[in-house]
Amino acid sequence: MTTTLTPPPVQPPTPPKPRAKLGDRLLFGYTWLVILWLCLPIGVMILFGFNQVQGRYNNRWHGFTLEWYAHVFDLSGLTNALEASLIIAVASTLIATALGTLLGVALGRYRFRGDGTSNLVQFAAISTPEIVMGMSLVAFFVQLDVPLGYLTIIIAHVMFSLSFVAVTVRSRVLTLDRSVEEAAKDLGASAMGTFWLVTLPMILPGVTAGALLAFAISIDDFVVTNFTAGNIETFPLWIWSSQKNGLPPQVNVMGTLIFAGGVLLALGNAMAARRRPA
Amino acid sequence: MGSLRARFTPYALMLPGGLWLAIFFVIPTLILLQFSLMTGNEADGYQFTFHWQNYSDALSTYYPQFIRSLEYGGTATVLGIALSYPVAYWIAFKGGARKSTYLFLILLPFFVSFVLRTISWQFLLSDNGMVLGPLKDAGLLPPDFHILQTSVAVVGGLTYNYLPFMVLPIYVALERVDPGVVEASYDLYSSRTQSFLKVIFPLSLPGVFAGVLMNFVPAASDYVNAEVLGGPDNTMIGNIIQDQALTVRDYPTATALSATLMLALLVGIFAYARALGTETVLQAAAR
Amino acid sequence: MDRKIDPALLRGLSQRRYDRRDVMKLFGVGAGLGAAGLTLAACGVKGAKQAPADQDAVAKYWADKKQNGHLDFATWALYMPKDQAPLKAFTKETGITVNYQEVIQDDPSWYGKIQPQLAADKPIGYDLMVVTNGMELDKLVEFGYLAPLDHSRLPNYTQNADPIYRNEAYDKGNVYSIPYTSGYTGIAYNPAYVKEPITKIAQLWDPKYAGKIGMMKDPQELGNFGMLLLGINPETSTPADWTRAAAKLREQKPLVRAYVAQDYTKSLANGDLWICQGWSGDIFQENASNGSNLQFVVPEEGGTIWTDNMMIPKTAANPVDAVMMMDYFYRPQVAADLTEFINYVTPVPSTKDLIAKHAAASTGDDKKTLEEILTRPLVYPTAADLAKLKRYPSLKSADEQKTYQNTFLPISSG
Repeated sequence: MTTTLTPPPVQPPTPPKPRAKLGDRLLFGYTWLVILWLCLPIGVMILFGFNQVQGRYNNRWHGFTLEWYAHVFDLSGLTNALEASLIIAVASTLIATALGTLLGVALGRYRFRGDGTSNLVQFAAISTPEIVMGMSLVAFFVQLDVPLGYLTIIIAHVMFSLSFVAVTVRSRVLTLDRSVEEAAKDLGASAMGTFWLVTLPMILPGVTAGALLAFAISIDDFVVTNFTAGNIETFPLWIWSSQKNGLPPQVNVMGTLIFAGGVLLALGNAMAARRRPA
Repeated sequence: MGSLRARFTPYALMLPGGLWLAIFFVIPTLILLQFSLMTGNEADGYQFTFHWQNYSDALSTYYPQFIRSLEYGGTATVLGIALSYPVAYWIAFKGGARKSTYLFLILLPFFVSFVLRTISWQFLLSDNGMVLGPLKDAGLLPPDFHILQTSVAVVGGLTYNYLPFMVLPIYVALERVDPGVVEASYDLYSSRTQSFLKVIFPLSLPGVFAGVLMNFVPAASDYVNAEVLGGPDNTMIGNIIQDQALTVRDYPTATALSATLMLALLVGIFAYARALGTETVLQAAAR
Repeated sequence: MDRKIDPALLRGLSQRRYDRRDVMKLFGVGAGLGAAGLTLAACGVKGAKQAPADQDAVAKYWADKKQNGHLDFATWALYMPKDQAPLKAFTKETGITVNYQEVIQDDPSWYGKIQPQLAADKPIGYDLMVVTNGMELDKLVEFGYLAPLDHSRLPNYTQNADPIYRNEAYDKGNVYSIPYTSGYTGIAYNPAYVKEPITKIAQLWDPKYAGKIGMMKDPQELGNFGMLLLGINPETSTPADWTRAAAKLREQKPLVRAYVAQDYTKSLANGDLWICQGWSGDIFQENASNGSNLQFVVPEEGGTIWTDNMMIPKTAANPVDAVMMMDYFYRPQVAADLTEFINYVTPVPSTKDLIAKHAAASTGDDKKTLEEILTRPLVYPTAADLAKLKRYPSLKSADEQKTYQNTFLPISSG
């Protein structure tokens, strides 16, 4: 029995992988430090929603209490402001998602005259400073004698949200496999049918992400809303005008609840995404 | 596919959204420019008179605030890059299975209203509050030391508020770096530092650029941070515009300042893009 | 996909979408739309000035108005006891429910909020509001945004109000407004940190307090103190005076920690500020509700007196209910109860006797508090006190207002 033992081919010695365990540890610690820094004001806000406030100012810790959670809707002005914010957010999200999805599909799928301009205008809409946008909307509404209020706020919110939705949907559309749609057409589906039954479900993650983004932007918006609100108070506007008098603990409670709600929504979305076939 | 219906589809799709943007973004911007050339006041009305003097008056009075806004915005952006890059790097390369968790944590602040976050900082940084109080009691700081009403507080607030918008784009760009390329550089005997400087960092520049865009523009035009955390010497151009528009109600001046701000930022962005030479890289990436 | 942020979104966010050619395209599009926009707007924006109301206007306005049983009332903080007792009594007696909202922080932002609706002849959501005499009130009157008052519906006012309010320069004859309360701007300070008695505006310029001084951001308040310090009477001041006052205020600027709006009592109480320009009643209420020990003085050089006035926006839905509320506040007992809480100057002099009676009938701490109110010049000024107090300058034309604001605003917005 002859076993030829061929010596293994001689490999040039690979250089040792650069070691940097310490660097890794430092980066790890640093990242957590940054995350802590980012969350510090939130922690403070949540904490002082449990403060036994005495007097007008919630700035010294007096003791733990849950009473503000029981009385969270006591301040009618604040509750109305929160309601207004939610109504505006829902309305503008619905409109912006619809318009933005269509726009995103158009830009991602098709080449047409004016797509460069559309891209450019969208980019400009996303990157224009809010104060310039607010100022121009006010100038616009003043010219046209349109009274400021719910309508103007929703118009403004839709305007800057729809670009975000469009960009999100467009990115998603760009990654789509067109063969599925081709197959649908081959099987006799109409253009509309293809869109509703094939395209839309495939881009749904992008649409949902865009809708969530639009909702978050609308609830939180301050600068543009400040200019276009007239005498409607939204949640951020109410906080802004009351900070001079001292923020009531209900603001902390509401902020905490919105925060918790948003986190749950996001986690839910992530879990649903995990289950969704990619 | 040359059928008329197919040719029309893209236009039909983009029409509602495009129209909305045209009516409520493009036209108001033009009206902004038009207002900046008007004369008049609230009582007597405004007339369009090509009054370029609005610009020269506004700028000569408020150029310190302008310069200061660009300074604060620039500083906040640079600080943002310095602070975010290591975080983005770590998450992209070492995050492993927990990447999404880290990203989620980075984005956590955005679930709280921007105004509320800034007011929380005002509370945290108050003269004898949770941060400065114990330090002063321990004798580490002089008793009349204060952070609020200084530029440190304002720039800190700006950096804080826009940090996730710097981490995210840099992360995305780093995540797309092909690990094979990095391996190749190691195989070619480059040290870790060299590998970073010559391979990884240049590949991440599109992300840095996007982050700069999403930080510098809002930071330079911000007024909430300056109003809540700043003092009389930290006024930014955003505060001036707000005062002129809402208190003095001098629309020509306010719009002239807004238009100048927008122009300055656009020019800055273009210059930066040219200098960095990322045009072609991104053009390719965009398509 | 197991991450919270869709990578598609991240990609979308991190991509550039333009180059030079696209910008040229945008300019081209912009120019085209610009031509359209310019033609659209070449007409300009019409002004808001209106002719003043006359007697016919009053009759015409009130002819078809009825009592509706509800009222939306917009006002400032600290102008009503927490239990809203006067409002509850009003509701019990008249059946009119009152929605009381402390939504006004400062006059300019309040005016900014309601102006667009009023200009478009739309309701602002409130029937009764309280605005200080000053530029905003002047504008409201000038542009015809207020309902002319029907004095036949204000018997208590006619009977009980102090006559001096009938002839104020900002609303002669009370065509549009009647006072709610008046107050002073003087100097507030925290004796825990300020060891000497404060008596003069000049002490706000004392380097000893550098970094602990607060001044008000409102141009009318700030300007008045600058002028009073220089011995100028603000009511008769000229633009040259304003410039001199502004120069003096700029000298003070390095010493000033902050230019405040309404939040100075908090800063005074916790030591961020030691000495600050402030409003009389605020200090008292801060002491009463938070147990602080702040002090307030009207300086020797003089102080500012201002009046917060009740008025009805012309688009109010319930003006009859509003005017009934206005008159209700002029019942002496109601006015007395209100004064005991808010500690500002009441326009009803007979409250003094009522509070004296109340004090006589009380005991202990209550008695002391009430007696203090009687003797406090901050609530019942003597003629000598009033001589030291000046109003804001009266700025009638838009140009004057702009000049004034642009003289003093830059001081606080460095």
